[in-house]
Amino acid sequence: MPTTSSVPEGAILRLIVRNHPGVMSHICGLFSRRSFNLDGIICVPLADAARSEMLLMVKDDARLAQLILQLQKLHDVIEVHPAPAMREAFDNLAGLLR
Amino acid sequence: MKLNSAEIVIAMLQRHGVGIVAGIPGGASLPLYDALGKSSVRHVLARHEQGAGFIAQGMARATGHAAVCLGTSGPGATNLLTAIADAKLDSIPIVAITAQVPRKMIGTDAFQEIDTYGLTLPITKHNFQVRSGGELLEVIPEAFRIAISGRPGPVAVDIPKDVLTEAVEIESLPEPARRDRPPSIGRDDLTRAADLINSAQRPMLLIGAGVIAAEASGDLIRLMEKASIPAAATLLGLGALPSEHPLFAGMVGMHAARYTNLLLEECDLLIGIGIRFDDRATGKAAEFCPRAQILHVDIDPSELGKIKNPSLGIMSDAGQFLRAILLMIARKSRLDWMRHLEMLRARYPLMMPGIADPLRPYGIIRYAAELLPRDAIVATDVGQHQMWVAQAYPFSSPRQFLTSGGLGTMGFGLPAAIGAALAMPDRTVVCFSGDGSLLMNIQELATAAEENVNVKIVLLNNERLGLVRQQQQLFYGERFCASEFRSRTDFVAIARGFNLDAVDLGRVEDPIAALSEALETPGPCLIHVPIDAEENVYPMVPPGGANRDMIGGEA
Repeated sequence: MPTTSSVPEGAILRLIVRNHPGVMSHICGLFSRRSFNLDGIICVPLADAARSEMLLMVKDDARLAQLILQLQKLHDVIEVHPAPAMREAFDNLAGLLR
Repeated sequence: MKLNSAEIVIAMLQRHGVGIVAGIPGGASLPLYDALGKSSVRHVLARHEQGAGFIAQGMARATGHAAVCLGTSGPGATNLLTAIADAKLDSIPIVAITAQVPRKMIGTDAFQEIDTYGLTLPITKHNFQVRSGGELLEVIPEAFRIAISGRPGPVAVDIPKDVLTEAVEIESLPEPARRDRPPSIGRDDLTRAADLINSAQRPMLLIGAGVIAAEASGDLIRLMEKASIPAAATLLGLGALPSEHPLFAGMVGMHAARYTNLLLEECDLLIGIGIRFDDRATGKAAEFCPRAQILHVDIDPSELGKIKNPSLGIMSDAGQFLRAILLMIARKSRLDWMRHLEMLRARYPLMMPGIADPLRPYGIIRYAAELLPRDAIVATDVGQHQMWVAQAYPFSSPRQFLTSGGLGTMGFGLPAAIGAALAMPDRTVVCFSGDGSLLMNIQELATAAEENVNVKIVLLNNERLGLVRQQQQLFYGERFCASEFRSRTDFVAIARGFNLDAVDLGRVEDPIAALSEALETPGPCLIHVPIDAEENVYPMVPPGGANRDMIGGEA
């Protein structure tokens, strides 16, 4: 395991979303059409299968607050929270992929 | 009881108060039309799905209720897209229902298959692809709830053909959706807002479509009169208060009267209500209201701070905010500021050259307004005529002015006017259009004739894309490229070909009498008004410029 983070700097957002085939398009589409940066994405279904948990690694800049507001507006997004502690998930994944 | 899903859709539309839908049938949507034909819902057959989308928009804009358009799979869906996107930009509640190829064929490039879900995703408030008949019982009310709640907007529902024919056993139909209750406002925010207003010397209101959506005109006027605050409007805020109100300060932005932009330049508090700081309203945003603190109230929290960082941003329904703040602000007469308003209005008024000539832009708008009933609904297309109407028409009530603001869609006017006339059959609807715009949905003349709607099309014909020409003249060294229609179009003959009455004001002895007769005769009519190609809209803020830097329109 690397001692320091091997993935880019950035904010980590933790989302709870409705789990259906279109939800990933809704999230990714928001980033492209509003030209927000999206460096990483991890998505796993929750136990009840109706919802998924998603971690997004995004650029930590002046537009982050606006990005969170736009995410909250998406009908399929149930919760959005900053989750700096979840950076480890991206570090671990990067270790596995390399 | 056992119903097929198409019957459930139609029954649910009726439960949501939908009496009229606009659309065009096709292969995949035939089950829906089979159910529609057996119901009491009136179907208006548009001649292009974009027309159907704008007819729905016209109904929604004129009434405030969600309206419905229908398209079949493939091209039916793609043709609806422009009207759906237009509704998104202007926050108009429509529900667009499209049919899709049967579930087993999705993903096989079947005949008339397109990824409607993917296409509508970025241009709707939300979209659904329905996967079983039972889902419709939740999806249809949810589509209406989303369309009408909070900041309104379009919702798309894509239903595969085999879902439409699926039988569903139900006990009873679900209750219709209701608008979500708006969030309550924090006491601290209200106190701070009242402090800002009470301590301002030169406060200005800037009102937008959110005031109209919230039906808050009365509350707005009470605030203005109690605290002596003038109000400018965005394009989509026009009609929120009567244009003759002494505290109404005109439309802001790229084609504002000079005094309007100057007032905003000088105010020390901007109270933006139901606005989104659109660039056509603000000009260069960094230089908009340079001396002012900003109090921004909007139902959509993502608008607060998106363009301008407010001193105080409040997520609230416009009416709810206005009613609450009214009790907390001091009655003030602000005599200096009122005198300043009058001085600027007198010195830098909107100039309307040709107002006495019915064959010039301001003249035809003025005479039409004088001859039409005070409550006539006014639709426009997009371009120079739209800006002339926005500047000069004496709007008296909310939902009177129907125009494509955010997307600026040429072709909006005629079908939107038809929709308004269908929804409000007792009102006269006038559609000011240009030749470029009218040509973009001219097929809907057939719909207007078929439905015999009371729509008067006033066509300002300069045989050009006038606003393009104007920008080429002002900003591109008079290099006129592709802004002139070199082949003449006989619009009077075309209108008559579609079974409409038509009159050419350029070819009658008394244009005002001919206009009067055309406006007073019930039914659809085209009124052709030839105008000079050199007519420009002034003042004009160059795109990207600050609002203080206006070209033309000097007194």
